[in-house]
Order: sequence, then C-alpha cells, then structure tokens
Amino acid sequence: MNIETRITHAGLCTDSVTGAISTPIYQTATFRHPAVGVSTGYDYSRTVNPTRQVLENVMADLEGGDRGFAFASGMGAITTVLMMFSNGDHLLVSDDLYGGTYRVLERNFRQLGITVDYVDMTQLESVEAAIIPGHTKAILIETPTNPLMKITDLAKVSALARSKGLLTIVDNTFMTPYLQRPIELGADVVVHSGTKYLGGHNDVLSGVVVTARPELSEKIGFIQNSTGNVLGPQDSWLMLRGIKTLSLRMEKQQQNAAAIAEWLVKNPHVKQVYYPGLPGHPGREIQVKQSNGFGAMLSFRVPDAAWVERIINRVKVITYAESLGGVETLITYPMKQTHGDIPAEIRQKIGVTDDLIRLSVGIEHIDDLIGDLEQAISGGAKG
Amino acid sequence: MKYGTKILHNGNEIDPHTGALSIPIYQASTYHQFDVEHFGKYDYSRSGNPTREALEKTLAALENGTYAYAFASGMAAISSALAILKQGDHIIATEDIYGGSYRILTRFFAKFGIETTFVDMTRLDNIREAIRPSTRALFLESPSNPLLKVTDIVGAVKIAREHNLITMIDNTFMSPYFQRPLDLGVDIVIHSATKFLGGHSDVIGGAVITNSEKLAKDIYFVQNGFGAVLGPQDCWLLLRGIKTLRARMELQQRSALEIAQWLRMQPWVAEVYYPGLPDHPGHHILKEQAAGFGAVLSFATDTVERARQIMKKVKLWSVAVSLGGVESILSYPVKMSHAAIPKAERERLGITDRLIRLSVGLEEAEDLIGDLQPE
Repeated sequence: MNIETRITHAGLCTDSVTGAISTPIYQTATFRHPAVGVSTGYDYSRTVNPTRQVLENVMADLEGGDRGFAFASGMGAITTVLMMFSNGDHLLVSDDLYGGTYRVLERNFRQLGITVDYVDMTQLESVEAAIIPGHTKAILIETPTNPLMKITDLAKVSALARSKGLLTIVDNTFMTPYLQRPIELGADVVVHSGTKYLGGHNDVLSGVVVTARPELSEKIGFIQNSTGNVLGPQDSWLMLRGIKTLSLRMEKQQQNAAAIAEWLVKNPHVKQVYYPGLPGHPGREIQVKQSNGFGAMLSFRVPDAAWVERIINRVKVITYAESLGGVETLITYPMKQTHGDIPAEIRQKIGVTDDLIRLSVGIEHIDDLIGDLEQAISGGAKG
Repeated sequence: MKYGTKILHNGNEIDPHTGALSIPIYQASTYHQFDVEHFGKYDYSRSGNPTREALEKTLAALENGTYAYAFASGMAAISSALAILKQGDHIIATEDIYGGSYRILTRFFAKFGIETTFVDMTRLDNIREAIRPSTRALFLESPSNPLLKVTDIVGAVKIAREHNLITMIDNTFMSPYFQRPLDLGVDIVIHSATKFLGGHSDVIGGAVITNSEKLAKDIYFVQNGFGAVLGPQDCWLLLRGIKTLRARMELQQRSALEIAQWLRMQPWVAEVYYPGLPDHPGHHILKEQAAGFGAVLSFATDTVERARQIMKKVKLWSVAVSLGGVESILSYPVKMSHAAIPKAERERLGITDRLIRLSVGLEEAEDLIGDLQPE
C-alpha cells in the first residue's frame, strides 16, 4: 500500500467490537483481569493503553520500524532515547541542534555522566575524527538542521556509525515519514516531536520514537514504562486525527515554502535564504537522494538585525510563536526563542545570529503569505 | 477556611476570562507572542499551559506547598524528582516501596551512578546507619505499599536535616486530604495522581510539590527539559476528580476500616495490615502525623489456594493493578505492583503469594465484604 493510503488509514477501524471508523479514546488508568495471571494484554495504561498503542503502531508502520512509542512531548521522546546510555558514555550530536536538546544534554545528562561533542554532521571526516573509541556510543542527527537547514547524508553517516559499532539516531521532525524514512537509510532509532507536522494543528504536545530492531524496542519500552513519560489517550487520539492529513498538509506546506523561498531570494532586503529546495543549496543533491521533498521550514537573514523586531511586530497573517509544523504559518526568532539556551559564542559559531528569522510555512493562500512578508519586510527595512 | 472547603475554593477553580466554574481545556501547543522583546506568560505548552497551571496551583494549595508540577504519570513524577540528583549521589529508600520505584532506582538510576540503599524505615536508626558521606536524599513511602508500614516522618526529617539530605515522600496512599508532609518538614512530596487525587481510574498522572524555591527550580528544569508533562485533557480530569477528594476519602476510609475489622475475625485470614486498626504497629505514629488512615489495606490468607480462590470468585472487586479509584480494586502484589522486586527480596519483606491488597472504593461495605467471603 502507498504511504498516502497508510497515512490516511491511521487508526482506521481499530475497534473490532463496534466497527467504529475512529479509534476509541480509552480514558482509563487500569484494566480488569479476567482471572489471576490472565491479562487481556492491557494491565495499566502507563504500560500499554489501547489508544496510544494504535498511534504507536501507526508510527512504526510509517517509519518502517520494529516498534513505535509515544511520549508526552518531543523532549520526552529525545530524552528517553538518551536514557538508553549510561554513565561514562559519549555521544556525537549535530552542532546546530534544537536548544531544548542542548539544554538537557548540558545540564542533566552531563551530571549523570554522559558527555557530548557537537559536530558538523555535513562533514563526514569531522564526524569520524570526533569518535572516541570505546566511549562514543551513538550519533544523534537532525537533518535538515534547525534552523539552518543543513543536510546530513544519512546513508553515509549510518554506514560510518555501523562500522564503528555506534547507533545512529535521527530526529525526523522536520521531514516526517511522508518525506523521509531514516530507518530505510540505515538509522537505528527515529525520534519526532509529534507536536509539529505529525500532529499538524498546534493543538497537541507529543513525542514519538521508532526503533529499527527488537533489542532497541525492548530498551526503549523499558524506559518508557519505568520513567512513565507517556502520551495521554486524548492526545494520542488527536495525533491519530492529525496524521490522517499528513500527506495533504506536507504537499501544500512545502509548495508554499518553495514559493516563499524563491520570492525571498529575489527580495533585495533579504541577505540569505536557507531552504534545501533552492538550487545552489549545498545539501540539495543529498536531500533529493534521501528524501521525497524539501519540507516546509526555511530561514533567512536580513542585512540589519534591527529589522528583525520590526518585521516580526509587523506580520499580520503570520503568527509570531514558538513551534512549527502546524497548518498556520509561524515566524520565529531562533536567537531569542528556540535557540535561546545555547551560549552566545556557540550560536555565533554555528550561525544562529541576531539577523536570522525562521519560518514554518502553513497552508494559507500563498498570495496572502507573500503579501504579508512583503509589507512586513519592506516596512521593517524602512524602520 | 477549613481544609475541606479549600479543596473546592483555592483560587484556581474559576476561569478569569468568562467566569466559567470549570477551567477551560487549553488544547494548544504554542502561543502567539504580541511583542518580540516581551514574551507573554505562556510561550509553549511544555513550559507552561493554563489548564496545567490551574491544576498545579491547586495541588500546591492542597499540599500547603508553594510550587507544584504535574507529570504524565506517577512514575514520571518520581523519576523527574530523582533526576535532580547526580552521578555519585546516594539515596536511602523505604524497603517495601512500590515496585515501579524499586525498578527505577535499581535498574535505571543505578546505571547513571546513583546508588540506593533500601532500609526498614519503621526503625529510624536504620536510616541513620545507612547514611554515607555521599548520601544526598531520603525517599520515603508512608504508609508503604503494600504492607502499610508507617514511617515516623518528623523523626526521619530530623535525621535528614542533621545530615543535610533532601527528603522526598510518596504521599499517594494518604493524599493531601489525610497527610500533608510539607507541614512535617519534608522537602518534596510526590503523588501518583492516578490514584486518590484523580479517583476515577480514568487518568494517568503524577505530581511533585515543594516549598523550596531552589528545589522547585531544579524540578521545573527537569519537567521542561525532559518534557514528561501532563496533557491538558488529563489535567482537567484531575481538577474534576480533586473536587470530590474529601467525600471519597472519608467514605472509602470508613469502608476500609469495616473491611479490616471483618477480615481480622475470619479464621482463614492470617494477618491484616491496616494502620487504622489500633494494634497496627504504626497506628499511633500515623495518628500523630496524619488526619486519617486511608483506604488501602492488605491481608494474608492462610493458604495460597485461598488467595487464588478469592481472586477467582470476586465479582464486585475488579482484579486489576492500580488503586484509589471509586471502584474497589483487588490486586495481587507478587504478580502485579511488586513483580519487579526479586522473589527472595519480596519474601523477606513479607510480600508473599498469600498477600492480597485491597483498594476500597465507594460501594457499600456490606456488599464488598459479602463478595470477599470464600466458599
């Protein structure tokens, strides 16, 4: 079956008792046992909840993995994956990663004895050079990166990782399995902030992990159940509802994003545009090879940092808010919002500077979006 | 204001915008910012959500605390509170602790270099003797699960203060209606809100409450960083459940005492564990430090066969894990809540295959007793 069909059929007719088209919301904590030592397969909702389970199965199927796991937030998903490691382990992580991940790595995981080096994953040699034999256990990749849209060659990094006995973990939030399936390219674990494109409506927080193999599933399952970072039934159901329109939304959103990127390139008030679909983007060729699209995230620089505040305060159709991936277009100031927790010198080094604006493009009419950006940017340039 | 009134009127029950007598469910992940320079109170629901905030403030009010945090489950609350510790730290925990807490301490935090010693806290000297230079926290569960052992909380806190340790307590069995450990000097109170706080077996949730600004900052950092937050729908269900906390606790406790008294008269019952019975070894301490004895009790039958027969026969009691709901639940600790504890260790603690745990609900006690009676 094609992925569009599998996406639309997310959670379809899971209730064999009634035949309900929509998955029931099992708002229950516990389950009655038919007899001592006999279980219906459901004992306690932290361990398995039927609504959450449908979502988890859908995600495993879409990512082509062994099992899926749903968490209370994207950070819940990523921290659960990080908890697979132990005191003394070392990890390699994309250097321009989401600020929230940077923060837990530096503050929490470091005090639990896990160390991290941040590397430019687009340079295979620098990845290889950063591996500490015997200590490095995994490579954590975001591709495209947030917010500079750098592309990592997933097949090559996964192959390198495998040859060194390391796990490859890919944050696939920006692409979704509709556009990119890292497990097919050799990744071991896929992570999502389900809050973003999967949910798609800015109305639910969630995280997802999909594992490639049973031994990894067992580890993640143990941590999910033990630390209890689980997604509630109502939110699991909202995720299933959101996923049904994933392919439609992604198509429309990336079509709008491409049009905006092209328009921005031509705008004299814009210094630089970062969108992997643009000809000349350094990662374009790899992106074409490893995924089915370029997504709907883009960033751009303006010549003067003073314009940023004026542009953001001027937008009307576009909403100024943190987060991304929803049907509504959002504008974000990475330096202040998503990447505010990363120290200034590191931000400077990786290029997350005060002249950078990020857009998460939604499904509004393209003329309204470009019109809004036009008035905001030209107004911002005038002062 | 009396405590029973405060449960319903603590300043977090009315929507300030519309006057609605129920807090709206803010099913939003993110929030529009009106100004680049000055962010609003909410920017992202993992960091703050108005429905969750109403719940958190209610929980703080009920525990006589200042700061409260709501989590996706009781275990998320426990693991988030423990995650403020660091590699090399040592914890002393109650020995007959909930199996999930035992599992996370021995199989999860241990691999990050955090070690735990389990002691019988009914004897305070056991705590004192287990203290090492690296000891950083005391983890209490009182009454404990499933043997209802009572720890002298004030005594434990005194030892902790002498050695500069953080005290944490799992207050799930008592709920803040019966026991408010912050008033007794405890630093961090933890709940599986799935149980008595929610009260309807319909929501998984957890809570952490403290008075310390420093600990609150650390816990919030973990809540926001690890993101094990409770969703808005589930927060609203907890707020709804909490409204009847007093009525439920009072009635459930009354039936629990009746059932405990009946059980001890039965020839096929070897032992009854309920701190509300005057000869329970922790009865007097609990009377000092709490306003009630709760609605959870355990009993050991004369034979394994008898225990199994009861579980097979019951109709009103649901054989299930969990506790604290309006429906009475019968569980079998060796197979359920304490399956994660090694057999030899369980046996030593008295968690045998003859032990049955009861969470008494709102049904008529007479019906519940009739349903337990073996043939």
